[in-house]
Amino acid sequence: MVDEEFSTGESFIHGLDPRIKIIVAVLFSVVVAVLSNFVSLLVALFLSLILVVLARLSMKRVFYRLFLVNGLILFLWIFLPFTYQGETWFDIGPLVATKEGLLYASQITVKCNAILLTMIALLATTPIFTLGHAMSQLCFPDKITHLFLFTYRYIHVIFQEYHRLVNAMRIRGFIPHTNIHTYRSYAYLVGMLLVRSYDRAERIHKAMICRGFNGRYYTLVQFSIKMRDVFYLSLMLIAILGLVILQWKVTL
Amino acid sequence: MHISEGVLSAPVLITGTALAVAGISLGLKRMDYDRIPQVAVLSSAFFVASLIHVPVGPSSVHLILNGINGLLLGWVCFPSMLVALALQAILFQFGGITVLGVNTVTMALPGVICYYLFGRLVNQESRFLSSASGFACGFLSVLLSGILVAISLAFTGKSFLSVAKLIILAHVPVMIAEGVITLFCVAFLKRVKPEMLGGVYGKAS
Repeated sequence: MVDEEFSTGESFIHGLDPRIKIIVAVLFSVVVAVLSNFVSLLVALFLSLILVVLARLSMKRVFYRLFLVNGLILFLWIFLPFTYQGETWFDIGPLVATKEGLLYASQITVKCNAILLTMIALLATTPIFTLGHAMSQLCFPDKITHLFLFTYRYIHVIFQEYHRLVNAMRIRGFIPHTNIHTYRSYAYLVGMLLVRSYDRAERIHKAMICRGFNGRYYTLVQFSIKMRDVFYLSLMLIAILGLVILQWKVTL
Repeated sequence: MHISEGVLSAPVLITGTALAVAGISLGLKRMDYDRIPQVAVLSSAFFVASLIHVPVGPSSVHLILNGINGLLLGWVCFPSMLVALALQAILFQFGGITVLGVNTVTMALPGVICYYLFGRLVNQESRFLSSASGFACGFLSVLLSGILVAISLAFTGKSFLSVAKLIILAHVPVMIAEGVITLFCVAFLKRVKPEMLGGVYGKAS
């Protein structure tokens, strides 16, 4: 469940400096999130698709991910055409669908998926630990990066713990239904996870103190900016600037 | 309860981010460096617990648990939620970068409110009082999250109003389920590890 399926690879994108990836991903998302005309949004979607292609990811897996997270968007498609004021497109009895509503819904869809594709292409292609170290070099607060790295590290451990507990429940014949027994059992499962996390944290903390932990996280990873990073960064900056200009000039 | 990328308008995103930054810095102040392992392992436990699907009638809902997270962590709920949401965005693409602030506030603010409302009450001797506040904590945290989602949608555009209302309505079963789960979970922690409910995670600095 918690695997980083896109994080390994040999592509151009995988080889980029993670700091550059974070900067570009954030810039791109922020700019696309405030774009409001269709032409520039479509260009953004096209750009993000290029990034995914450059990262040489399995298209099937990428679209499966997109499909999973487009739930709310589907919801909006059902509602927005009928609630947005504008020119009538068609009507079902008292419900009037408007062209503007439809346009708005598709605009949101394009926007959302452009940002998601960029996140897959740039962030999901970086191992979480590398991201954490890159974050700390980009001057994120220390406490946040530590929390981020530690949390991710222990998700896997707790997940195994969770599996053991669930297996134990199944062996005892637990079948979930909508009743108090099920809810109580799940609540105790959650409670047990929390209690174990508390005990484990105590052991971890003691072990870390024994090894001289003083609140700093040292890393042996040295990032270096290569020619291709500079090339990529400048290309993306030009592209993002292009999106802004397009938004400005074209009125649709 | 996440809002996807690309839905909200810029003013809403900026407000959400500003509020999140304020909450996170308050939370970080209350979390010393040597508390980080504890908070982190607890955050991973919540991350895993939120993958649990609980049956509600013919369908199932996944646990949110922001009420009990707030109850245990107080203001530290903000950094804890931020990290969990960032991981979800990177690993599963649930939520995203620009909505990270809004989503953090939606999840963590109700937790903090529950901490102030019920933090003392759940530790009461009376079983009725502590169970009732446990239920209220779970119920209210999801309700408040729903309201915050609705507010951010409503401020983005009037056309979202009906969607926003429907989101709150659709979460009523979730609120009840979370209430019951939180009730039993609090009772369990009180018996097994009462010090966890005593605010060990978020000491005021």
